[in-house]
Amino acid sequence: MKFLAILFLLLSTPAFAVLPDEMLPDPVMESRARDISKQLRCLVCQGEDIDESNAGLASDIRKLVRERLVKGDSNAAVLSFVQERYGDYVLMNPPVKPATWLLWGAPLLVLFAGFGIAALYIRRLPKGGA
Amino acid sequence: MNARAFIPLAIFAVIAVLFAVPLLQGKDPAILPSAMIGKPVPLFELAPAVGDQKLTTALMLDEGKPFLVNFFASWCVTCKDEQRVLADFSDKTGIAVYGVNYKDTKDAAGKWLARHGNPFRATGFDGTGRVAIDFGVYGVPETFLVDGAGIIRYKHVGALRREDMDTIFAPLLEKLK
Repeated sequence: MKFLAILFLLLSTPAFAVLPDEMLPDPVMESRARDISKQLRCLVCQGEDIDESNAGLASDIRKLVRERLVKGDSNAAVLSFVQERYGDYVLMNPPVKPATWLLWGAPLLVLFAGFGIAALYIRRLPKGGA
Repeated sequence: MNARAFIPLAIFAVIAVLFAVPLLQGKDPAILPSAMIGKPVPLFELAPAVGDQKLTTALMLDEGKPFLVNFFASWCVTCKDEQRVLADFSDKTGIAVYGVNYKDTKDAAGKWLARHGNPFRATGFDGTGRVAIDFGVYGVPETFLVDGAGIIRYKHVGALRREDMDTIFAPLLEKLK
């Protein structure tokens, strides 16, 4: 019984949101489309990218991405096409610009604050060690 | 008592304030700012959802006056409440309201408009949702205020209430005149 359960788990494939009828016949272009889709946020279910989302809008934008690729757009051109309409928020990786410096810099700031606290703490330790 | 004992309390107080401020402002964080504000209204041409007047950008810009574009669907539960609100606002201010029927069927849209009121000067049928994507729409209802030169000035996400018209749309429209 246990063996069967493990066997089925090993045989199962991950469920993709991309429907077969959305896929492009050209595997290179399809993989570009998948790559772009992973960088675009689904605006209906805001934690997911459109590649993994089942929302109607995600499906529409997946189709749009493929249409633009077939028309000859570069990956960057497709991303900026969607970004122009939905804003920076639609990109899973927010762009680095003055408004997002704090966002990108916060981990570094916290790291340096940690160094500072550690330095203060170590200085206060009694000389000669434990 | 040692002042250090208050450090956890102080940290808690800071975090509590950080959470309390957005909660008390009552803003829905899921409502996103529109990237389309300040940009020209997208160019499109749609077959009518009802009647026989096609909905085109040229038609909307023809008068050179501000107008509203409302994205609606018969399957959208909150949309029906705003039909009356839109009609009354249009009557009061004379503003033209155009409707884009989002991912619907013409048959369902026609029946729905007959039942809940049709505030639109013209409607367009956007069965694929492609025009909605050009507007940066991510759900219905959404309503855009466009000025006479065709620049998008404001977007409202969700059903329009009378107070939204009085406190947001009326003052914006006044400024555009």
